[in-house]
Amino acid sequence: MTRLVPHPLLSLALVLMWLILTRFSMGHLILGTLIALLAGWTVERLHPPRPRIRRWTAIPMLMGIVAWDILKSNISVARVLLLGPNHPSFHSGFVEVELTLRDPNGLALLAIIMTATPGTAWLEYDQPTGRVLLHVFDLRSEDDWQSLIRDRYERLLLEIFE
Amino acid sequence: MNHLSDLPPVAAIVIAVFVVLGSSLALLGSVGLLRLKSFYQRLHAPTLSYSYGTLLIIIGSMAMFSLLEERPVIHELIIGIFMLITTPISLLMLGRAALRRDRDAKLGHDEIVPPRVTPSEAPAQPLRDLSNYGEGRLDKGLLSSTKDQPESEP
Repeated sequence: MTRLVPHPLLSLALVLMWLILTRFSMGHLILGTLIALLAGWTVERLHPPRPRIRRWTAIPMLMGIVAWDILKSNISVARVLLLGPNHPSFHSGFVEVELTLRDPNGLALLAIIMTATPGTAWLEYDQPTGRVLLHVFDLRSEDDWQSLIRDRYERLLLEIFE
Repeated sequence: MNHLSDLPPVAAIVIAVFVVLGSSLALLGSVGLLRLKSFYQRLHAPTLSYSYGTLLIIIGSMAMFSLLEERPVIHELIIGIFMLITTPISLLMLGRAALRRDRDAKLGHDEIVPPRVTPSEAPAQPLRDLSNYGEGRLDKGLLSSTKDQPESEP
């Protein structure tokens, strides 16, 4: 099983994608499965850190929180852009945050979340210290970014990956 | 707009609202790219169209073609997934390249950015106060309308 299908999640997702992009038929199912298996073997050659998902139930919760936060920051960034970048109430800057999350897949997911949120951009991660340099679009809210990221995202990511 | 006339009016209005909202977000993001002063601020602007702009347009498109063809049409989800995976990578690379350039005096930097964490200060140092950085205040010639703020910024 693990020799033939080294990355079952990836292969399954590729089969599904193949079937969505083409009309469902037996031939496409076989072709898609072949391609998915091939892709799985190729990825195995790259020796990526294998994601081990410990708690599936936390994933929908994380997705919900992220979707809500992105909506909120979309609105606030859109407001800043409408007011104009020289508006005095708007102030952007760098923020440093210390993470306890060490799993590379979890970090990648956190980077995607931070980048997808319009107010924050993930710039640099320092592995020995576990520190992340973020650029925050609007610091006016004076939130405690450390505790925000730690309690909102990192706690769930730790539950999922570690 | 031929497709919209084949739909029931309520559905057509809802779909139109989704698409117009999504494309307005994309437009706002592009306006932000033009108007914002610092590179790191401009890094945030396209994420407007990337996050909810894409999502709203995808939902509108899925709803419209599902109604028209009377079967679930979910190809657009794949566009969404690939957007989701690929955009952060390019934004990350752009941000890191800008940091690298701004830290190196020889490369002609535009902004004052926080220095890199040195390994010696790694154990048990408090997080640095970076509130003086990030407003694009160095190169007035390049960034003509940057804010000139005093050093005693909170």
